[in-house]
Amino acid sequence: MKRIDWIPPALLLAIVLGALAMIGSPSTWVTLTVAGLAMGLLIFIMASGLTLVFGLMDVMNFAHGLFIAIGAYVAASTIRLFAGAAGADSFLANLGAIVPAMLAAAAAAGLLGLAFERIIIKPVYGQHLKQILITTGGMIVAEQLIHVFWGPDLLPLPRPATLRGSFLVGDVAIEKFRLIAVVVGLAVFAAMLLLLNRTKIGLLIRAGVENKEMVEAMGYRIRRLFVGVFVAGSALAGLGGALWGMYQESVTVHIGASMMVLIFIVIIIGGLGSIGGCFAGALLVGLVANYVGFLAPKIALGSNILLMVLVLLWRPQGLYPVSKQ
Amino acid sequence: MAESLLTLSGVHTHIGHYHILQGVDLVVPRGELTMLLGRNGAGKTTALRTILGLWRASAGTIRFESGNIAQRDTPAIANLGIAYVPESMGIFAGLTVRENLVLAARRGPPDEKRLDWIFRFFPPMKKFWQLPAGLLSGGQKQMLSISRAIIEPRKLVLIDEPTKGLAPAIINNLIEAFAELKQTDTTILMVEQNFHAAKSLGDSVAVMDAGRIVHAGRMADLAADAALQTRLLGLSLEAHQ
Repeated sequence: MKRIDWIPPALLLAIVLGALAMIGSPSTWVTLTVAGLAMGLLIFIMASGLTLVFGLMDVMNFAHGLFIAIGAYVAASTIRLFAGAAGADSFLANLGAIVPAMLAAAAAAGLLGLAFERIIIKPVYGQHLKQILITTGGMIVAEQLIHVFWGPDLLPLPRPATLRGSFLVGDVAIEKFRLIAVVVGLAVFAAMLLLLNRTKIGLLIRAGVENKEMVEAMGYRIRRLFVGVFVAGSALAGLGGALWGMYQESVTVHIGASMMVLIFIVIIIGGLGSIGGCFAGALLVGLVANYVGFLAPKIALGSNILLMVLVLLWRPQGLYPVSKQ
Repeated sequence: MAESLLTLSGVHTHIGHYHILQGVDLVVPRGELTMLLGRNGAGKTTALRTILGLWRASAGTIRFESGNIAQRDTPAIANLGIAYVPESMGIFAGLTVRENLVLAARRGPPDEKRLDWIFRFFPPMKKFWQLPAGLLSGGQKQMLSISRAIIEPRKLVLIDEPTKGLAPAIINNLIEAFAELKQTDTTILMVEQNFHAAKSLGDSVAVMDAGRIVHAGRMADLAADAALQTRLLGLSLEAHQ
């Protein structure tokens, strides 16, 4: 039977309960906790592909934020196309706007990811310095292309009518869109767990993250698998970008790049190549950012860096290290 | 002697600036267990890795059955029916025993009869079926690595030092398993430092030194010739029994 390391979930629970004791007000605590979970799950959607890409092929893709930005811009354009449905006073009609927006964002980012892997990444396999330089350069070029297509100005991305505002449960206010983010994030995590644990492709991905040479020696073409993972990871980043854009209600060309520090913190905290670690790390980052922002705003900016330092002092390979050979 | 399944002719391999294999000529007869012996650094592991395409031969031909596989990539070579048990064992520690074996079975789910056959060799594989492979002992990991290689009938199994670091009781267990595996049609090319195992299992033998084959013949002949052992390997098999 598989053994689960319950210490990271216990740590999360301890932080959540510790925050309740420090915040004092249960209603504020619930609001902050839901906000932290939503933020964490959105970061997880954006980061999960990157951690697999790094784990599987040791590729350092500094342009991952590009797929987030493309997702956000495509979502903004799609919602404009479905303006009638987005503005309607019906949740189902609103879904008719945001679901196509999310799908279009994922598809566009996935296609861009395919081209990016073929043109930018493929020539620099195994060369980390070149990967950093060329993916950073690719991102700069792509950001200028976004300016060409969508212009340099901030693009509004209003949430659909029924997803604005908050639910009031007693004296607890919960933003509606955060619940959507939580539901989508959990659905993505569940789908990834099913894929990784219940399918042969998932087994191959997990095995490839550990020892890609042995996977090839068994007759599997790891490069094809990697292209698939890269495209799927890019599509997830696009989906995350669409949701993050709606969360912010606006899109700029730097929306992806601005998330990259948090995304790198999450995948390092989680353990490079570990989906479970990425999930736990994202929740940790989201919750700590919200709790610290409320309790000690002056140190909020550095709280996630401090969190990373503490986690790495405790577990230098991350929360759920992947054994590599 | 049986017909050749695998023939290396004038194979050279460079790793970076190092010239490791310097014209290897090796014949692996079909249906036999060929031992590849030699001192540390002679090029035995590089020879196995070059056959599988993990290192690319810089010159020479590697004929498997009727085709030259020297310039083919590793998955294509493996799919010809060649399995590999590396010195590091190469198990996937985060995957269970079952998942490791499912992955190794290319033609679909593992065959039940084949699994029973493997469980007879290696009972811990059945006992720890759902356990993550990283939690197995060293000997059990080696059993898993070999089980993966034979989960389906293979034409050729390349095995690199299977007894390295294992307790004597486990080594005897492995020797028995290989002896039974020899009764099937499987051809095996095995690198081995344990001379008791080499003598017990080998049909034919090739000895490497400085990147070349310096002796090839029957294992029984080498085992019976102490002077030849001393000249080729710097030691006597008798001293290791």
